[in-house]
Amino acid sequence: MIVMKNIRKTYRVARRNAGFGEAVKSFFHRDYETVTALDNVSFAIQDGETVGYIGPNGAGKSTTIKILSGILTPDSGECLVDGRTPWKNRIEHVAKIGVVFGQRSQLWWDVPVADSFELLKDIYSIPPETYRRNKDELTELLDLGEILKTPARQLSLGQRMRCELAASLLHSPDILFLDEPTIGLDAVSKIAVREFIVKLNQERKTTVILTTHDMQDIEAITKRIILIGKGRILLDGGVSDISGNGNIDHTVAELYRSYEI
Amino acid sequence: MMKSIPRKKPFKTPAVRLYFHYISIQIRCMMQYKKSFILTTLGQFLASFNAFVGIYFMFRRFHSIAGYTYSDVLLCFSLISMEFSLAECAARGFDRFSHLVRQGTFDRIMTRPRNEILQVLGNNFELTRLGRTVQAIIIFFYGISQADIDWSFMKVITVVITILCGAAVFSGIFLINAALCFFTLEGLEVVNIFTDGARQYGEYPIDVYGKRMVKFCTFIIPYALVQLYPVKYLTGRSDSLLYALIPLAALLFLLPCYALWRYGVRKYKSSGS
Repeated sequence: MIVMKNIRKTYRVARRNAGFGEAVKSFFHRDYETVTALDNVSFAIQDGETVGYIGPNGAGKSTTIKILSGILTPDSGECLVDGRTPWKNRIEHVAKIGVVFGQRSQLWWDVPVADSFELLKDIYSIPPETYRRNKDELTELLDLGEILKTPARQLSLGQRMRCELAASLLHSPDILFLDEPTIGLDAVSKIAVREFIVKLNQERKTTVILTTHDMQDIEAITKRIILIGKGRILLDGGVSDISGNGNIDHTVAELYRSYEI
Repeated sequence: MMKSIPRKKPFKTPAVRLYFHYISIQIRCMMQYKKSFILTTLGQFLASFNAFVGIYFMFRRFHSIAGYTYSDVLLCFSLISMEFSLAECAARGFDRFSHLVRQGTFDRIMTRPRNEILQVLGNNFELTRLGRTVQAIIIFFYGISQADIDWSFMKVITVVITILCGAAVFSGIFLINAALCFFTLEGLEVVNIFTDGARQYGEYPIDVYGKRMVKFCTFIIPYALVQLYPVKYLTGRSDSLLYALIPLAALLFLLPCYALWRYGVRKYKSSGS
């Protein structure tokens, strides 16, 4: 179970106007501005839930994911993931979660994907038996067969994303964080990724937290939506309650407008 | 579908095995670019011979510098280049650390259940440095065989700990350089004075440069502990057992280096880059 309570996070951002003179000036004196990325964010997610975490660019989605995955420490507030505080027990915590960043690869570029998997086996200390079984199952479900023998740099984006998913699941994590997993994928790959995530959640009860701008992802995968804007949670509810029978894209655009985010 | 078997005691891949696994991946990556690998290795091998040739010709003209002979200088030179190239092989990965932070690879490292330093080093092991290491080994055995050393068991021990502790000192400086990236986002060129620079001026016994330099290199950045003092013992200028074992004291230097790194990681976690 994931509990976030009154989490607050601010960044200090250096600002200056454009131009060479300003650049020189900022070399000696810098004006900082405090930007609030998360402002009193609280929510709770039960085991086995699928949650879509949505909001416009810069709303605080990535910051939340980074806090939950132990990369960032918040300024204040409490956070417990299955009883662990992510930023305090980093190593213990990250052994039980999987993270996929859609825009960044975790595979080694110049070696066959299978070699990357072998290394992950050692990084996560996966017992040989578990590793073999997970790898076989993931290979079958994501149709990886021949792809595993190809170096990551020669894969298409869709093939690579399927490998990324497999790579994050080899150690059987309880929670899977997906940061824009379908970005840039063609229709066929998108559907394959969505179907896989749904199946993963149903059969293994893996908790899935998904950030995306693609509302079809939300409709296909998640049952619950958390909407964040300007660092605040604006809405938290079931997908069907929010979209009703209308087009979800329009509904969400309407929401963004009504909250002025 | 996927189920994990309940295990009695948590099993953890030993760090050393993981490190070698990283290296093996890096080698496989490099073999994809065969020509580039061979040329870089060869280039580095040749380039680092320059320094040796410089010393050789200098001593053709001057027979001693501040009381040190050719063979003494050669001993210093071989020790320092051996220390440096070992450190380079193991820890030069820290040099590319600013890229890791900028590209967000460090975020990925933080999501893995392993020590951050182990992962940074594993991700950036540089095999092309091997050219320099081979060269250092050749010079080392040549230098050692030329040096006027009255060999004893203790002296062999001194040579071994000098090299290992010296490699640790250089690694510490690489670590400082990486830790600074947390504050500046760029490695500082200044730090190279203490890495490549130190390797160059370390070709001569440090007291050649004067008393202040010796003090600095004894108490601030302990190059003298892995060069000047053990060399004095090895060449018979001193019988003090203190000089024979003093390289071990240089290991203390790693503590502040590591502390700075920890501090940097904490700052990274609070600022996000």
